[in-house]
Amino acid sequence: MIVFDKPKSLTDAPLHYCPGCTHGIIHRLVAEAIDELGIEGRTIGVAPVGCAVMAYDYFACDMVEAAHGRAPAVATGIKRANPENIVFTYQGDGDLASIGTAETVHSATRNENITVIFVNNAIYGMTGGQMAPTSLPGQITQTSPYGRDTNLCGFPVKICEMLSQLEGPEFLARVAVNNVKNIKNAKATIKKAFENQVNGKGFSLVEVISSCPTNWGMTPKDALKWIDDNMIPYYPLGVYKDRSGEAK
Amino acid sequence: MAEKVLMKGNEAIAEAAIKAGCRHYFGYPITPQTEIAAYMAKRMPKIGGTFLQAESEIAAINMVYGVSSAGKRVMTSSSSPGVALKSEGLSYLAGADLPAFVVNVQRGGPGLGGIQPSQSDYFQATKAGGHGDFRMIVLAPASVQEMADLTIKGFELADNYRMTAMILADGTMGQMMEPVEIRDSADIKTFDKPWAVTGTGMKREHNIVNSLYLKPEQLEKENFARFERYKKIEENEVMYEEFMMDDAEICIVAFGIAARVSQNAVVEARKQGIKAGMIRPITLWPFPKKRLLAAAEKVKTFISVELSMGQMVEDIELATKCTRPVMLCNRVGGMIPSPEEVLAKIKEAQGGIN
Repeated sequence: MIVFDKPKSLTDAPLHYCPGCTHGIIHRLVAEAIDELGIEGRTIGVAPVGCAVMAYDYFACDMVEAAHGRAPAVATGIKRANPENIVFTYQGDGDLASIGTAETVHSATRNENITVIFVNNAIYGMTGGQMAPTSLPGQITQTSPYGRDTNLCGFPVKICEMLSQLEGPEFLARVAVNNVKNIKNAKATIKKAFENQVNGKGFSLVEVISSCPTNWGMTPKDALKWIDDNMIPYYPLGVYKDRSGEAK
Repeated sequence: MAEKVLMKGNEAIAEAAIKAGCRHYFGYPITPQTEIAAYMAKRMPKIGGTFLQAESEIAAINMVYGVSSAGKRVMTSSSSPGVALKSEGLSYLAGADLPAFVVNVQRGGPGLGGIQPSQSDYFQATKAGGHGDFRMIVLAPASVQEMADLTIKGFELADNYRMTAMILADGTMGQMMEPVEIRDSADIKTFDKPWAVTGTGMKREHNIVNSLYLKPEQLEKENFARFERYKKIEENEVMYEEFMMDDAEICIVAFGIAARVSQNAVVEARKQGIKAGMIRPITLWPFPKKRLLAAAEKVKTFISVELSMGQMVEDIELATKCTRPVMLCNRVGGMIPSPEEVLAKIKEAQGGIN
């Protein structure tokens, strides 16, 4: 009897991610949610520009590759064209919280019935470790070599907190994938974000606190600990908005 | 056929798009094309379509990218500064071989420029729509009727060749009212889109809409294949109209409102015994190169009449291989040349011949 298998919604293509990167876990959680809801045949994913740019090769559903930051606008178009499709975006922090901020805020305020998976690892991974909109104060990156100076370049963008001020969005939550307990919670939260769309409830965003051992300059194990020690205190986990849940 | 109605050019585009099967419109307010959005905002909810005012021109063109990926007819419209913002999306549409219909009702530039008619986005539309090697089919209407006809044609061409077709109009074309008859939907061609993302239904391999090719050999191959398609368009889709060209020695080349003005000047020149004629490109890309080269055998001087500092003039020189002088008659910044100004330029050319 098979007790642990690859989700059907993932292809057999080998992932290109660095050793210790948590993108693989997040891909799996998304694919499991799609499998369990039985929606693969009508799901369309939108890949970002960033580390996950080639996600279109990894998810077995129909896929579209969007310009940097524009995934929510592209998803809006796909969903409006065929509302019976389940449409999700998979975006990093540079994509969603910097160059695509307007698209993020406005798809949220329109309560566009899409699911957004937001991978926050506080750095630009694909281009080699530059400061992200979510890099922590003092964090050393290629473009903040003396540590992020908040006098010079301001403070990190807290997407869940920010969007929770809007009336529009249905569901906003922040999870992490640095230990088994957090991964189990991340799975349930991602599934809920897809279920919301299936039930026509509207914009559901899950921010996933993730690690980047390569560009953080740490071992995978130290990177997971760094999430606990530095990321989660700055980006508290939890549900920031759940309109249907609150209405109960 | 449908009945003849009096319409603004912008409204004719909107109604023709609906007749062509377009049920998705995304845009951002900008003068002088706002009537298109206003018309769509009124009509789309009544016919089960989507009108959405996007947060920016960039978002609007990416919503177009999304709908087109899903295999449906879709459009956006804007004016010069707004089209500049769309250039990122236009390049991605080209790279992913997606059909799209885009309208530019041009205004004066550069920068914020003005809101009066202009043709100074000729280079942008025909040569530099965005980064990378790509073309757009560029259609230049010279009447409200053509605003409608070329809209329908634009949707058909975009689907057929899987690329962007752009209407390059100007503020005058957008704002002026003329009687127009819009073709019935039944006559309009549609195309199968097996590449669209509509869900696999667990019955086929997944479709991927994408413009990323990390292997240079493959990206080169994609580019060559795309340009083979462009070659077919240059062979099959050139459109132009000519006026009094049989024995013309002076040939005006003009499109849009400049052509309307120039036609009056040609009539007046003929009255005065000057052998003037006009070739009016309807497709700016593909440009009527062969016709102009053939014309150069009889024509002694060409005059490019443009609402720009002289952009199309370069294409006329290239098409005629610089075998004849090409003069420029232009007004810019929202000004339109008068028939008298064009006639004066014709006489100047005639002086050079005599």
